[in-house]
Formats: sequence, C-alpha cells, structure tokens
Amino acid sequence: MKLKVLGAYLIALLTFAVTPAHSQDEGQRASTGGAQTLEDILARQKGLEVDESFRRENLGNPENAKAISDKLGSLGGVSSSDLYRGIRYSETEIKVSNNSHAAEVLVQDGGMGWLLTRQGGIQAFAGYGIGGIIIALAAFYFLRGRMTIEGGPSGQTIERFKSFERFGHWCLAGSFIMLACTGLLLLFGRSVIIPVFGHEANSAIATFSIWVHNNIAWVFMASLVAIFVMWVAHNIPNKLDLEWFAKGGGIVGNAHPSARKFNGGQKLIFWMTIILGASVSMSGLSLLFPFELPMFAKTFGMINTIFPAMGLSTELLPHEEMQLAHLWHAIVAITMIIAIVAHIYIGSVGMEGAFDAMGNGQVDLEWARQHHDLWVEQEEAKGAPIQQVGDAR
Amino acid sequence: MKTMLAAFAFTAVVSVGAYFVLSEMGFSSAEVQSAPSVRLD
Ligand code: HEM
Repeated sequence: MKLKVLGAYLIALLTFAVTPAHSQDEGQRASTGGAQTLEDILARQKGLEVDESFRRENLGNPENAKAISDKLGSLGGVSSSDLYRGIRYSETEIKVSNNSHAAEVLVQDGGMGWLLTRQGGIQAFAGYGIGGIIIALAAFYFLRGRMTIEGGPSGQTIERFKSFERFGHWCLAGSFIMLACTGLLLLFGRSVIIPVFGHEANSAIATFSIWVHNNIAWVFMASLVAIFVMWVAHNIPNKLDLEWFAKGGGIVGNAHPSARKFNGGQKLIFWMTIILGASVSMSGLSLLFPFELPMFAKTFGMINTIFPAMGLSTELLPHEEMQLAHLWHAIVAITMIIAIVAHIYIGSVGMEGAFDAMGNGQVDLEWARQHHDLWVEQEEAKGAPIQQVGDAR
Repeated sequence: MKTMLAAFAFTAVVSVGAYFVLSEMGFSSAEVQSAPSVRLD
C-alpha cells in the first residue's frame, strides 16, 4: 500500500518535472482571441523559452483582402497588429535611407540575453577563472617553491632564441597583456568600476581602454602570424610529448623527461595561443567593423553539417551576429588569459633560468640539458657556440 | 632585455600609427554606416 502511494507520488513528481512551466495550449489562448496570454508574458519576463511561432507567423494574408472596390478594402488583408508583428519579428521588409542593413531591423530582443550572459556567466568565468589560477600558482609557489636548476647553473650558456624571435615574442606578449587588461576593464566597468569609482572615472577608463584595445590589436594579430611561422616546425606533436605528459612534465615528481626544442607542455601553450588567438582575432575584427564581417551564421551552418543534432540557427539578424561575436570574443579571451597567466609564471618566477631564454636569448647549459636534452645534443652536434659567463658553482 | 624594450616601443608606435591610418581611411563605424547626406562633424 505504502509502495503504491510512493509510486503515485513519484509519477506525479515526474509529470510536474517534465511538463514545462510555460506550456501554453491553444485552448488558453482562445480566451485572448489567439493573442498572447498573461502566462506567455510572465514566462518571457522570467527568461523562459516561449514558443512565439503563433505570433511570429500571424502576419495577416493579403490573399484574404477584400477587393479594392469593396468597402474597407485598402489595408490589403494586413491589420495594424499584423504589421506590428511583422516589424517585431523582422519579417516585414523595411527600407531605410542609410547604408546599414542593421538599420532595417527595428526591433531585436537579443540584448537582454546578451547583457545577462555578459554580467552573469562571463564575469564569473573571468573572476573565478583568473582569480583561481593566480591563487593556485601562488599556492604552488609557496608549497613547492621555485623550480631550480639541479646542481646550480653551469656558468656556460648557449643561444636559445635569436633576437628577431624574442622581438616577435615580446610584441605578442606586450600587446596581449595590454589587450587583456583593457578588455577586463571594459568587462567589469559597469559592475565594478562604476559602483566603486563612479561614472566619471569609468568613462575616462573605458575611453582609454577601448582606444588601446582597438589599436594595439593589429600588433597582436601580426605577431601571432610571425610566431606561427617562426615556431610551427618545432611544435609538431610527436610520441616524445606523450612520454613527457606521462611523466607529468617533471613538474610533479623529480624526473626530467626528454624534450627537443619545445616540450609537450610548451606545444600545448603554442597551439592554444595560435588557435584561440586566431579565433579571438576574427571575432575581434567582426566587432571592430560592426555589421560588416558577420561570421556566426556561416560557422553555425558548418557545425550543423558536422553535428546535425545541434540544429543551430543559420539565419541571424545583424545584431545577433554582433552579440554572439561579443560573447565569443570574451569567452575565448578569458580562456587564453587563464592559460597565459600560468605561462608567465613558469617563464618568470616559477622556474630558475627560464626567463633568460626570452631576456637575452642565452640560457644556462645545465638548464638546457635538464629541460631540453635532445635539443642541446642537436645544437652541440651543429657546433653551436658555448659562452663562458661565470664560474660553475 | 633591449629586444624586449624595442618590441614594446614598436608596439606603441604601430598602435598610434594604426589609429591615424584607420581614421584617415574613413574606417570609423559612423562613417561606414551613414549615407553621404549625413554630416558627421
Ligand atoms: C611577462 C610575460 C611573459 C613572459 C615572462 C614570457 C616568457 C617566455 C619564455 C621565457 C619563453 C621561452 C621558453 C623556453 O625557453 O622554451 C616563452 C615562450 C613562449 N611564449 Fe611567452 N612570456 C610572456 C608572455 C607571453 C604571452 C602574453 C604570450 C601569448 C599570448 C606568450 C606566448 C609564448 C609562446 C607561444 C611561447 C613558445 C612556447 C612556449 O615556450 O610555451 N608569452 N615565453
């Protein structure tokens, strides 16, 4: 008996769970003459999914119009409400006197979703993601300390990067760090800078940030191409990388797994930089030239051919393209920032002897043997010059 | 170190250059989106 009650209770629970709160049948709408009901409006205000096809497709039909010679025949079978709905859902052809297709859209309601995603998920991702990696690295530093050169530096150095390579790296790094800082200032302007420092301050900060962000981006894009051309040959993944990852890269444990010029972890950073860097650049260009370089509808079309189940919308309004580009740009950029914070840590305070590779281009021979043994062997076989800079400790 | 500073200086110069080139070429969104009859400044 008890079991039956429990069963009925469970079934009731499941029925409520699978019945969408916003489901609206035609019967209810009959009471409003087919127009939307209070439930529709409330559901939409709560951000719930509302099937609006009953309005979107209800645009009147000129076929039904009375002949022009009839009484009241002039509206052509389209009432004012029909016309409004056509404008509301961008189904009516609008003519405007400027150059912009975007101006032909009079009502577009994606802005609220865009704002909520930006102030919700994206800000949380930035805050917890970047904050989290900084705390994790600080904890690692205090627990494990700096990774040192075992036995100390040898006092002899070998050239690791030529000056044009370092120049390329620092153009990429300098521009990326400026882009990251100004981008975060823009992202947190409304929710942090305005409440703390006021509107005046945010206005000045945002004006400065967007100027730097828009103009320095060209250096980032150019140096991304340069880095790719210079280093791609050394970054082709191979079996050695798997062994490197299997040994935890020598970060966990004390092994020094073998590596050529770049180890598995560095290859990961390289490809992350190239792929996400290209994506952030493309969405950035789309934002820099508003409405002129839409790319999401096409991309969604390609994704749909590979994963038809996704069923992504391939007809996007100009504004939707911009909203998506803006959200995507932030998501990719924040992912990059998180990874690059870790890269900067290892390249500076995290590992003794690493910075020199990008500082003056000369690394300690012992550092090189411990981290890139096969590369050193190759260089020595080629007769690369070894410099004496101090006494071995 | 010198290379790093040179790269930062180069980055600053190119950014300022990009600003002037783009505004000279009329790439601003206001200019692109408006018809010839619009007076912008
Ligand atoms: C202050 C900031 C930075 C420091 C101190 C730094 C340091 C370094 C060092 C020392 C290397 C050479 C590692 C080696 O000898 O093998 C390196 C390589 C590299 N850096 Fe940076 N870097 C910085 C910022 C950046 C940024 C912002 C990016 C990209 C957006 C970047 C991308 C790369 C890439 C792709 C490599 C080659 C692959 C690798 O070694 O992981 N770096 N960096």
